[in-house]
Amino acid sequence: MGKRINRQSVVTLLGVLLVYAIVQGSILMDILPPFVALTLIQVCIFIILSTSLNLINGITGQFSIGHAGFMAIGAYMAAIVVVKFQGPLMLALLAGALVSALAGFLIGLPTLRLKGDYLAIATLGFGEIVRIIFLNMEYVGGASGFSVPKTITWTWAFWLMVISVIIIRNFIYSTHGRACISIRENEIAADVMGINTTKYKIMAFTIGAFFAGLAGGIYANYLYIIQPLTFSFLKSFDILVMVVLGGLGSLTGSILGAVVMTVVSAALSGWPEWRLVITAILLIVMMIFRPKGLLGTKEFSLSFLGKKGEKNASSKD
Amino acid sequence: MPLLRIEKLSKSFGGLKAVSNLNIEINEGELIGLIGPNGAGKTTAFNLLTGVYEQTEGKILFQDKDMRGLKPYHVTQRGMARTFQNIRLFSDLSVIDNVKIAYHQRSSYGIFSAFLRLPSYYAGEEEMQRKAMELLKIFNLDHKAEEIAKNLPYGEQRRLEIARALGTEPKLLLLDEPAAGMNPQETHDLMNLIRWIREKFKLTILLIEHDMSLVMGVCERIYVLDYGMIIAQGAPDEIKSNPKVIEAYLGEEVV
Repeated sequence: MGKRINRQSVVTLLGVLLVYAIVQGSILMDILPPFVALTLIQVCIFIILSTSLNLINGITGQFSIGHAGFMAIGAYMAAIVVVKFQGPLMLALLAGALVSALAGFLIGLPTLRLKGDYLAIATLGFGEIVRIIFLNMEYVGGASGFSVPKTITWTWAFWLMVISVIIIRNFIYSTHGRACISIRENEIAADVMGINTTKYKIMAFTIGAFFAGLAGGIYANYLYIIQPLTFSFLKSFDILVMVVLGGLGSLTGSILGAVVMTVVSAALSGWPEWRLVITAILLIVMMIFRPKGLLGTKEFSLSFLGKKGEKNASSKD
Repeated sequence: MPLLRIEKLSKSFGGLKAVSNLNIEINEGELIGLIGPNGAGKTTAFNLLTGVYEQTEGKILFQDKDMRGLKPYHVTQRGMARTFQNIRLFSDLSVIDNVKIAYHQRSSYGIFSAFLRLPSYYAGEEEMQRKAMELLKIFNLDHKAEEIAKNLPYGEQRRLEIARALGTEPKLLLLDEPAAGMNPQETHDLMNLIRWIREKFKLTILLIEHDMSLVMGVCERIYVLDYGMIIAQGAPDEIKSNPKVIEAYLGEEVV
């Protein structure tokens, strides 16, 4: 505990810098095919989405499948700030995330009293309602979509992703994160141990919605156009699949899941009719051989590199 | 003034009166037993006390404050902690994390300190780690701090559950059949442990138990519950010879 900076975090930081530098370097030298660049930014967006959904589904154990709804709110809000009010990008992203968090809070208040399947259905319904509202809003272009200038670069997407993951990780490995985990483990016991379970469910939901909104904002400011159809429940399922594939409750698992799924669907973009088939097969194989996901609830760690500072492990896992 | 006063407490589930007209008084520092045959309403009484159920009628006064309508986490924050008849640990978490969760309600830093890892985060986490380790040491579980709770042997899981309840720093500890599933030796050790934690933490304890040797051995006063009603109360010796109690446990004598 005493040592705040250990070898493992230094190695992780170097790895992150290296990934950034390699990609940024190839962009500057103009050797990165645009398709690869697009995929890389999508990976960043999906990592934010999957880690934030994991906070709700994996860490707190509340089965939500309305993440695309929050993403849509963030995307449209950020787009409105940029297009209608000529606001700066940073402000637009923040506004998108905050409005999405507010929506998460308001939706969480009534729906988090529901459990299991009922919560899943309610959140699914929420996602669809959001999409249909945007579909019928002429102010944001309705079904034909809303054009937004492309201002997001690799640097923006990458560092926003890194910051999001760090904040979510810091939350999980704090006493507040443990409170959320205790709800997943045994809600009655958590309650009796003095944990305000409703408060922490709503907190997890709100934080998850905040980052989903941020991811939506990044998406809107990268893809030139956003359409309500993009945020259908299929998008929510894509994110859910990443979380389950990586392992519910594992943050590194969610990152891995997002990378694998995004790369696989990019690789299959030439055969769109096969994409869903392959995804389904991947999931079935997964459920047979690794029912708890690639990493289960464990975290991938570089602990074999570290000699000191390993006491930190107590607050992990 | 008694620490806990229960007045005319009743709970109905539809037409069934699980607990009716319950009157219990517990003074500070006492060790009280609540016994009764299966289905007598003992656990219901505990659930009423801890806010899991809300009473149909009657009053629960803890430190002279009415507890009606409080949520379980509120009750715990007021200083009442419990264990469960069927162990409810956070079974996939480590032993120390189980205890740290109990300390959560007294945690000193907010979520923004957590997000940004401000100095108060480190200070708060270090304090929790230290307190949790101290508590585990008392229960002789410190060498297993990093083990996953469900991998502990049964007796140690029971001990951990008591340790975790003490992590909430209660004044009144409610133990729901702490000796369930224990062998005589373990039960004997548990008796000593219960006596000892009462001294060490200056606790008042109310325990539900089936194991007569444990109840008779440690409790100063005993309440006997049958069909949701108190049928007898008093010192262990009085209870042992009370004909109503014998009748409740063994059935009526055939004349």
